[in-house]
Amino acid sequence: MTVRVLVPSGALGLGYDAAAMRRGIAAEPDIIAIDGGSTDSGPSYLGRGVSKYSRASTKAEWSGLIEAAAAAGVPLVIGTAGTCGADGAVDWLVGITEEILAETGGSARVAVLKSGQSAADVGRALASGRITPLHPAPDIDGEVLGGCGNIVALAGAEQVNAALDTGADIVIAGRTTDTAIIAALPLARGCHPGGAWHGAKIGECGALCATNPQSGVIMLEFDGEGFNVSPLADGARATPHTVSAHMLYENADPFILHEPGGHLDVTDARYRALDATRVRVTGSRWVPSERYTVKLEGARRVGYQCVMLALLRDRRYVRNVDDWCSGVLSGCRAKVSARLGLEPEGFDIELRVIGRNATLGSLENRVNDAVELGVLAIVTAGSRDAVDEIGKTLNPYLLHHPLTLDEEQPTFAFPFSPAELERGEVFEFCLNHVMELRDPMEAFVLEVREIG
Amino acid sequence: MVELGRIVEKVRSKNAGPFWLTIDIFCGTAETFERVCHGVPTERVAKLFDSDPGETKRFEIASLNVVKFSLPRPVVQGRRADRDMHGASYAALVAEMVVDR
Repeated sequence: MTVRVLVPSGALGLGYDAAAMRRGIAAEPDIIAIDGGSTDSGPSYLGRGVSKYSRASTKAEWSGLIEAAAAAGVPLVIGTAGTCGADGAVDWLVGITEEILAETGGSARVAVLKSGQSAADVGRALASGRITPLHPAPDIDGEVLGGCGNIVALAGAEQVNAALDTGADIVIAGRTTDTAIIAALPLARGCHPGGAWHGAKIGECGALCATNPQSGVIMLEFDGEGFNVSPLADGARATPHTVSAHMLYENADPFILHEPGGHLDVTDARYRALDATRVRVTGSRWVPSERYTVKLEGARRVGYQCVMLALLRDRRYVRNVDDWCSGVLSGCRAKVSARLGLEPEGFDIELRVIGRNATLGSLENRVNDAVELGVLAIVTAGSRDAVDEIGKTLNPYLLHHPLTLDEEQPTFAFPFSPAELERGEVFEFCLNHVMELRDPMEAFVLEVREIG
Repeated sequence: MVELGRIVEKVRSKNAGPFWLTIDIFCGTAETFERVCHGVPTERVAKLFDSDPGETKRFEIASLNVVKFSLPRPVVQGRRADRDMHGASYAALVAEMVVDR
């Protein structure tokens, strides 16, 4: 048995090579699978339940994939829809799908798999000992969970297969592991389990496992012993080196990958060139676990923020930037306490000096003479109004704070008016835990809709 | 003495999820790989990140001529104190580490 999975790119919204995609369709895939996101862009997307990619790009690419899958007569599956895979982001992509089908006059059976978890359900799982922290994990309790904008569980192959089993033309899944959408069908059809998960890991970023990584499109061919990987764009080549090196990418352990229901071990995998562009991989192992667990992700609200940028070009101020920053901070903090009546722990003002150590902070070990410095001010507080007031209190300090009292009042460069840039509500990741399930579908909701 | 980045092909750092950072040193040749294996102790890398050496995982992958380190992220991705959402700039600290020529 052979199962061919066509992967258009590493994420919907990044674009894919149309000619390579046509080549992939001509090669008769059994399914088209694409990822919709990850945590890599930070907690805000999960906290708000929104996509990082433009709606227009998403719609254009999704429309192309719907058309390609319909022409090939195979299912189309997306995991982690809308960057974060929260329920709201899934609904957003379902809405785009409805719009596309209405415009093209098409129709489709759409399976919608939701991964959102209520704080109450996760709280109950925590109380009954079904939540286990991974390392390092923040402490959690009912208050932390209740403060989350969204909590999602990462679905595995079981849930994706439940969605495919409905006979859906299109599967729109919330948060899944990056690999599950690719591994699901090969596993359901009895391909080698180690090969299915390993091939899925190699293919999850599209052509990132090959040369010409921007080209996107690859075909993965799974069978009873392993898998073959074939990049489909002109000039893209997979070699044993590029394929095996992809196990390093964004992976803390290059040999072990944990998934719901077990882990993949590629320690003994063998990578062999089939020709100049294709690679065959065998020898990967799937090790089932005793408990069935799914990983949780959550982004909790931590307040509101505004940022400001001041530029120092005066040589004396560049040289004495540390003194200047501490003068700005102590003056402004005292005034915020006096005028707004806020306790010192009720707000935060941080100044980062761009041109010196804004990227690495205290870990920076190089020094140089800068022509100019940027001072990035980050104001955080519990409400939008408080942040607005603190930003306006900080403004005159960033604009005019003098190093000494007896000098003429200096004025620094503000690139914008207003100088305060509102960032809205901010979030932080607060879960690095797994949740044990008695049944893989227990924490997920599957719904089938006939659209068009 | 020479900066590590001048003798290897590339040093890359990336998030491995929000809580881990992973650093890949692509040595290019077996000879450089051997030099990096012997010349870059885990303790020195951990120190660059103010991190506990006991928490820093080390992988020497001869088939790829890669030495890889993974450690809990110096600051959890996206926390207020985080300065680099994708963690790619941490590589500079490793690339600029001075090793024996």
